[in-house]
Amino acid sequence: MSARNRELLGLLPASLLIVAGFGAVFLQERTQLDDLSLTYGAIFLGLCFAAHMIIRVRLPDADPYLLPIIAVLASVGLVMIYRLNETLARDQAQWFVIGLIAFAATIILLRDYRVLERYRYLIAAGSIVLLLLPRVPGIGQQANGAYLGISLGPVSFQPAEFAKIGIIIFLASYLRDTRALLVSRKRFGITLPRLKHIGPLLLVWGLAMLMLVFIRDLGSSLMFFGGFLAMLYVATDRLIFPVVGLGLFGVGAWVLAASVGHVGDRVSAWQHPFDPTLYEQIGGSYQIAQSLFAQADGGVWGQGFGEALISVGDSPILPAAQTDLIYAVIVNELGLVGGIALLLVYLLLIERGFRVAVLARDSFSKLLATGLTTVVALQVFVIVGGVTKVIPLTGVTLPFVSYGGSSIVANFVIVALLLLISDRARREARR
Amino acid sequence: MNKPIIRVFAVLLVLFGLLAYFTTRWTVIDRAALQDNPQNKRELLAQQRIARGSITAATGTVLARSLRRSDGTYARRYPEDGLFAQTVGYSFLNPGTAGLERFYNGQLTGRTGGLDRTLRKLQGKRQQGNDLQTALDPQAQQIALDQLAGRAGAVVALDPRNGRVRVMASIPSYDPNVLRSAKQTARLNSALGAPLLNRTTAGLYPPGSTFKVVTAAAALDSGLYEPTSTVNGANGVEISGVPLNNDGGHSFGEIDLTTALTQSVNTVWAQVGERVGKRRMSRYMERFGFDRPVPVDLPADERLASGLYCSPDGQRELVEPTDSCVDIGRASIGQDKLLATPLQMAMVASAVANRGILMRPGIATRTIDPEGRIAYENRPQRFSRVMSAASAEQLTAMMRKVVEEGTGTAAALSGIEVAGKTGTAERDVANNITQPWFIAFAPVSDPQVAIAVTIEKTVGGFGGTDAAPIARAVMESLLR
Repeated sequence: MSARNRELLGLLPASLLIVAGFGAVFLQERTQLDDLSLTYGAIFLGLCFAAHMIIRVRLPDADPYLLPIIAVLASVGLVMIYRLNETLARDQAQWFVIGLIAFAATIILLRDYRVLERYRYLIAAGSIVLLLLPRVPGIGQQANGAYLGISLGPVSFQPAEFAKIGIIIFLASYLRDTRALLVSRKRFGITLPRLKHIGPLLLVWGLAMLMLVFIRDLGSSLMFFGGFLAMLYVATDRLIFPVVGLGLFGVGAWVLAASVGHVGDRVSAWQHPFDPTLYEQIGGSYQIAQSLFAQADGGVWGQGFGEALISVGDSPILPAAQTDLIYAVIVNELGLVGGIALLLVYLLLIERGFRVAVLARDSFSKLLATGLTTVVALQVFVIVGGVTKVIPLTGVTLPFVSYGGSSIVANFVIVALLLLISDRARREARR
Repeated sequence: MNKPIIRVFAVLLVLFGLLAYFTTRWTVIDRAALQDNPQNKRELLAQQRIARGSITAATGTVLARSLRRSDGTYARRYPEDGLFAQTVGYSFLNPGTAGLERFYNGQLTGRTGGLDRTLRKLQGKRQQGNDLQTALDPQAQQIALDQLAGRAGAVVALDPRNGRVRVMASIPSYDPNVLRSAKQTARLNSALGAPLLNRTTAGLYPPGSTFKVVTAAAALDSGLYEPTSTVNGANGVEISGVPLNNDGGHSFGEIDLTTALTQSVNTVWAQVGERVGKRRMSRYMERFGFDRPVPVDLPADERLASGLYCSPDGQRELVEPTDSCVDIGRASIGQDKLLATPLQMAMVASAVANRGILMRPGIATRTIDPEGRIAYENRPQRFSRVMSAASAEQLTAMMRKVVEEGTGTAAALSGIEVAGKTGTAERDVANNITQPWFIAFAPVSDPQVAIAVTIEKTVGGFGGTDAAPIARAVMESLLR
């Protein structure tokens, strides 16, 4: 079977999932099971089919599983958000369409993605500006102590979601050029690159720290920096780089946790979620404690779809259920089984991403695919890890599942880039 | 470059493994602990939609039940008001749950496995709780409360044969129905005398001479003494280098242990305790249940451990009886650093009554599911063998004397043989404030009740005059 036919077939589970999901929500709300669930399912399916057609025409050799996987994730997200709040789901569906447009535009406009290399410094500069936008008075927004969003008129979005793509493109290009130089000099038996080669990389570290200071978000910072270290390691094949990098990050994070109140609060809430003072404190441990309680109620099989206790009257029990805590809602309703299944779908996505990186022929493509995949994987780790108390809880979205426009659009662009790389790699491999 | 890519993937796999492990931890491994966390109101919120099971006394009297409101939610009511307040506890959105309501929350809400729950739902059934049955006796409980007559104190009565709790009274008390209002809850929380505190399991008091029963058990069962062994009971014997006085400064000559218990002679029992030694005392105390939270079916934070409390750095903390801060002679007569809960002292009487075998105290007997089947049974369980049947028999005879002709004659019941021991702990010597105690069991030939009674503060009261009559009235009610 050709790759594209496999992709088409792969969309079947997603379409079944979304029809069944909407059906279940309708049943739960005791309204009649009208054909609205079928309508929603059909629209969703139509959109996926459109994406499939674009890939069929423009990238006939691209990986056939990426699109079905994100369709499954997006349908889980849409159904979950719909179950939480109908209005938000409608918003999310609109963002889904915008995401698909961005997806199509990326594929059509970037026939040869390697042109990106030419603009790497422009892209890097643009990304840094994007990152700092939320601190610009007038358009910046603060939520829970972190500066992540900006609002322009009626639209508000999180520029960091887009900045991460730009920075990865820059790093992939920069490391492609300097990877040989970075490992060429040895002193005292260890790899010790010259300052002019390592300089820009130290700059990235500085940037990550700056993000911590300016944006005050440990999660995004960890995500960026982890992606950076993965790329650095793949480029040089020297373990010393990620080890030293992690150490530097650790020191920076520790200093910040001790000095920036908001970061420190998150850390102590993580350590002692049931401490009565922290629990009562605004921005304290209430959210993480409720997340754990909700998961405990889920058990192995979950309480059933639409059963989760989200709020009583107007007061929420699970704050930010549709964004930060969506994984806790999923575990509550679908249980350990549902949670693990979702993690497996993400692992499939990540596996496909790294497969693209392995298949790619040139260093730039390899590094780009590695960086993009790692950042998506780390984003899942940061938010699911936060919700399950592996690390302090910080507000990043669960890719394709959480409510959030910028996140959906940015992640669609990432997948489009992966498809572009994969198409070229597989075509060259076939030759 | 492919090798490092695969290694990065491997690292991410490990990280995802961590996520899977932690999800498992919260949903399976730590599930029960999280669901029982007092800050967790999810169950309570969800319970507004669940018909919670009722709690009944041995007589069938309903102690707690759920009423359906017009909007389909349920509210908790306590028809007997404050009769078993601290024992039954409460279950409200605020302030949460306590007592049996909390300990048996899973049973009372019918929290069953996910698959089971799903099946029930598919059948269109609402989640419904299991009914909880207890061995509590409302009539005897009422007598205990009446007898305490508003004085802060506690009464616990057990069936020594199976450990069933029959009476669990704690004064001051409260009406759990008023906890529906946040204002009343706040008032009760800060009320003088801590009415929400279950004094039977969480009140720590110096047990005074009632503890001599423990010392006597260790002395007889270890083979060091016989009831006829004689010890010099002169006033002012030096214990740990400080002279110890008998009650009223009485001096006794060489007297046997039976007489020493009957007259509650401090100097004799302190010397016996010193000879028995810290290690043996420690072993017997442990068998009686000391040194760990008193074992009964109530939430962990409503139960305290009886034992020796030293304050090495200002903070009172439980230490082993073998600790160097312990004056074992004085501990052996229930003084110094020894503190005990009333339930613990009832267990002491219970172990002697049941021929040396201590049964684990249990309030609930079973739960019944909505279909009428037994869902859970709290079977009588042996806690420990404290002493041989022969030692228990000797000790029973000695305690019998206490009630017949010694300090505890006020507990005597006509036609029923009672064995017991008085205690009078000094709380404030200058103002003559004492804490009277009495522990007992009856009938001697076939014990069915073991009891502990204490009143926190009296002016110049004694165990024999103030606590023993209460024990008598409660035992009478339970035996007739």
